[in-house]
Amino acid sequence: MKPYVRPMPATWWLRRGPYFRFMMREFTSVFVAAYLVLFLVMIHRLYQGQAAYESFLESLKSPLAILFHVVALAFALFHTITWFNLTPKALTFRIGEERLPPVAIIAPNYLAWIVISAMIGWFVLKG
Amino acid sequence: MAKSNEPIWWSLFSAGGVVAAFLVPVHIFLTGIAWPLGLLPGDFLEYSKMRMLLSHPAVRLYCFILISLPLFHWAHRFRFTLIDLGVKHLHTLVAVLCYGAAIAGTIAAAVILWG
Repeated sequence: MKPYVRPMPATWWLRRGPYFRFMMREFTSVFVAAYLVLFLVMIHRLYQGQAAYESFLESLKSPLAILFHVVALAFALFHTITWFNLTPKALTFRIGEERLPPVAIIAPNYLAWIVISAMIGWFVLKG
Repeated sequence: MAKSNEPIWWSLFSAGGVVAAFLVPVHIFLTGIAWPLGLLPGDFLEYSKMRMLLSHPAVRLYCFILISLPLFHWAHRFRFTLIDLGVKHLHTLVAVLCYGAAIAGTIAAAVILWG
């Protein structure tokens, strides 16, 4: 006998806000991966020589490329925020009987993120 | 109990999530927005300077980690997104294609960086 499986339309995630946010969070990885493939192409062009690299840089100036990066940045930031906000679910610290409040676990992530981003920016600008 | 590969994929997913969360936004901003729009001083993506940077072994290793781990993060998420969207009957093929793409990207990154 085959068990009954209730049919689920492929658009189930469009029906409710939390489902939609879940799907958007899953989709952040698509934009992150697409950016990193472009980043690898940029390194590849760099090794091919100055002319290849500079024509790649020129293509970064097209309105479509800038639009892509703005959207990709929005998705990447959504990933960062949802990822940091999940850390108290994965890690719990206790001091004696007391559980460390979630904000004490989330806040250091944001602080480290700002410091790391500033360091990378400084390294690329001065390097 | 049968041995499972899931812990490996989950560890790569998790490590890639951390790399993506901490490192990717600033990279997108620098190369994709700040440089083309000239928001920051100087031609900071200039050819000879970037060649110098990439000649450093630590910078190459950094780029390798930056590219590879989030690809595995994507593979894991995309695999379950496709299953959630109803591709249940092809779950083995979906897993092979997703992780296979991440492995191919990792090999491509290694070849480009050290080849």
